[in-house]
Amino acid sequence: MKTFKKFLGGVLLLAIIALFLVVWTMLPWQGVVVLAILLAVWMVATRRGRQTWQVTRVGLSTVTQRLGSSSVVVVGIAGVVGVLVAMLAMSEGFAQTLRASGNDHTAIVLRGGSQAELNSILDRDSANVVMQAPGVKKGPEGRPIASGELVVVANLPRKGDPNSDSNVPIRGVSDDVWALRENVKIIEGRRFKPGLRELIVGKGAKGQFEGLDVGKSIRLAGQTWTVVGEFESHDALESELWGDTQSVASAYRRGSSVQSVTVLLESPKALDAFKASLAADPRLKVDVSTTEAYFSKQSEALTKTLRIIGITVGLIMAIGAVFGALNTMFAAIQARAREIATLRAIGFRGVPVVVSVLLETMLLALLGGAIGAGIAWLIFNNYSASTLGANFSQVVFQFRVGPALLWTGLKWALAIGFIGGLFPALRAARLPVTTALREL
Amino acid sequence: MKYFHLIWAALFRRKARTFFTLVSILAAFLLFGMLDATRSAFDSGDNVIGVDRLITTSRYSIIQSLPVSLGNQIKAVPGVRDVGASNWFGGIYQDPKNFVLSFAVSDNYFDIFHEIQISPEERKTYASTRTGAIVGEALAKRFGWKVGDKIPLQSTIFPQRNGDKTWPFDIVAIYKVAPGAANGTDQQFFFHHKYFEDANAFQSIGTTVGWYVIRLNSANDADRVAKAVDALSANSDHETKTQTEQAFNASFAKQIGDIGLIVSAIMGAVFFTLILLTGNTMAQAVRERTSELAVLKTIGFSSHSVLYMVLAESILLLVIGGVLGLGLAGVIVPIVAKGSGGMLNLPPVGSQTWLLGFVLMVVIGAIVGALPALRAMRLNIVDALAGR
Repeated sequence: MKTFKKFLGGVLLLAIIALFLVVWTMLPWQGVVVLAILLAVWMVATRRGRQTWQVTRVGLSTVTQRLGSSSVVVVGIAGVVGVLVAMLAMSEGFAQTLRASGNDHTAIVLRGGSQAELNSILDRDSANVVMQAPGVKKGPEGRPIASGELVVVANLPRKGDPNSDSNVPIRGVSDDVWALRENVKIIEGRRFKPGLRELIVGKGAKGQFEGLDVGKSIRLAGQTWTVVGEFESHDALESELWGDTQSVASAYRRGSSVQSVTVLLESPKALDAFKASLAADPRLKVDVSTTEAYFSKQSEALTKTLRIIGITVGLIMAIGAVFGALNTMFAAIQARAREIATLRAIGFRGVPVVVSVLLETMLLALLGGAIGAGIAWLIFNNYSASTLGANFSQVVFQFRVGPALLWTGLKWALAIGFIGGLFPALRAARLPVTTALREL
Repeated sequence: MKYFHLIWAALFRRKARTFFTLVSILAAFLLFGMLDATRSAFDSGDNVIGVDRLITTSRYSIIQSLPVSLGNQIKAVPGVRDVGASNWFGGIYQDPKNFVLSFAVSDNYFDIFHEIQISPEERKTYASTRTGAIVGEALAKRFGWKVGDKIPLQSTIFPQRNGDKTWPFDIVAIYKVAPGAANGTDQQFFFHHKYFEDANAFQSIGTTVGWYVIRLNSANDADRVAKAVDALSANSDHETKTQTEQAFNASFAKQIGDIGLIVSAIMGAVFFTLILLTGNTMAQAVRERTSELAVLKTIGFSSHSVLYMVLAESILLLVIGGVLGLGLAGVIVPIVAKGSGGMLNLPPVGSQTWLLGFVLMVVIGAIVGALPALRAMRLNIVDALAGR
């Protein structure tokens, strides 16, 4: 009967932990603030609460004597949170970079089923039909604002590794591109001149690949091109080199065809009309989407993979950290067994003891979480990296350690602290007073 | 070894603490096993079969194709045993998510990539089937394909003459891969370059190939032949870059990202934490046993035996946890690979991972045990027994 009761208690405890984890993951930060305030009020206003405060203070004052073992909790949790935040920052940064590359008032048209610009091809006639379709905004001279573009891939060495080859995207764009992508700003040099073999380079590309400074020449398709400017756009386009469509097409022998047409819509609502008119045209077989949808879709798979890997690695590390915390806190309780028993003997109840041990662990965990998240923020916020994107070429992106991510890290830390502290806390409360007092 | 039971008893003196520490070690080595598998999935470095192969691509860009005429010129270069051609097809099966690594290849491709094992009869059927396709075992399993199946593959790049982007194929063989081949070789899909040329809407495809693969008479010739091949097209509009298959694969993997660096950074954080954690456990264990160790010394154990015993204890702790963790990784990794439906192509935890893991266990165990062991060795019997 006794063992059955014990078993039942164990099951109940596990259920409580599971429930806690579910509620905890869904809780927004406001909820946690409310919880913290409630706890503070309870500790100030009620007798039990004040007792808890006293016991916690005693516990915390002895932490300095257990510096070695307490640091196990702190460092363990800092490791978990640091790795988790860094991995999620990578996934978040990649998604954000690509999402920022598109918006809802420009649309991109590709040949049907192409998935990425590199695979697509549109002949000149089709491109013209697309540009003349209803819903496309007209410029001052009554011409539609649209850019027929080509993306080719060139081999350039990565910075600091002259023998390496990276696939760098080169985009041929039309004159209208400046009206179409208003976020693109020239930060050094000037725009390329149509018809010449001139290129402007994205800030990200310049940072990652060798020899892209303004004024330098590079060899593309056996010809010499001059870098005349550097642009900034804070999105995936920054990974690219831009030149005039005609010049790029002639260098790569593409004739008059383009790969994609990007158009400025009259308004986001005009997309449906634009799409419908292209779908109804028997001469065309194209895919139309807003640039926002197009770029978001490109980031989907990698973002998801990175998230899954980050969370899996985080979970396994968290399991290790929980057991580290358990070890530390059981040892701490054992060291303080007589002290706790004395408190119980002079009338302190179980709740203050349980809450104080939990509180102590969670404070240590919070400290660890803050250190881990802080280190991840210091090292990885705005850290530049690049990977192979949908166009078979490099996409340069920045890690983003935002407040939401830091908060996720702290939440993980507190959850680990809670589980790691709960069992030792219960043990402390259940300690038979007489045996503990007799123990030397 | 005669002290083994003593070490064992000391280790499980406090079962709860040892158990908790073991779980932490287990988690660390589980992670090590899984991450190392991920790393080697991107790293085809120990591909021994491909040492005598070169890959010739356009110097300027992976997307630029090379003229057909170059093939015969390469073949005439001394030291070249055979030249094959390959072209990227960019196939997807049914859904854009189901990407298929598919290539249109010349007929001698399978002589050059001899790790692709197909019987002479299958070769014959392939030769006589215009739309014949040879499919890797893992790929066939992923989509449930069998020999004789007629399957449609959509190309993201190439439409057929009639504008249709869906190409029909007949699976004539499912190949196994010889041991020592590059990772992921059993995930590929090959078909006739002839079919690709004839049915392609892009007429110019008939005069170009994507890249050449070269098999050498001897791997030692690689440098010389690579230079000679590149010299063929120097200063033309299709300059080439020829490199060994390994170098080609390595530079490709590098483009995805420095997986090795990410993995080592994570493992660095994990093992640093682990050292601290187990170090703390060992320090506690030795502190608790001060008087016992003093007794051991009193009855004649030398200071050095005490040192070795404590060191052995900490290494044993790491090895037990580590072996369990790597063993668990060995069970989980294939499950994950299977669960991802062939998307994640993780190799099983190999002997190299085990070896490295084992070295790590012993080294970390020694680091962790060093301080407590020194403390135990320097123990003054009188002080320890007196509880000072």
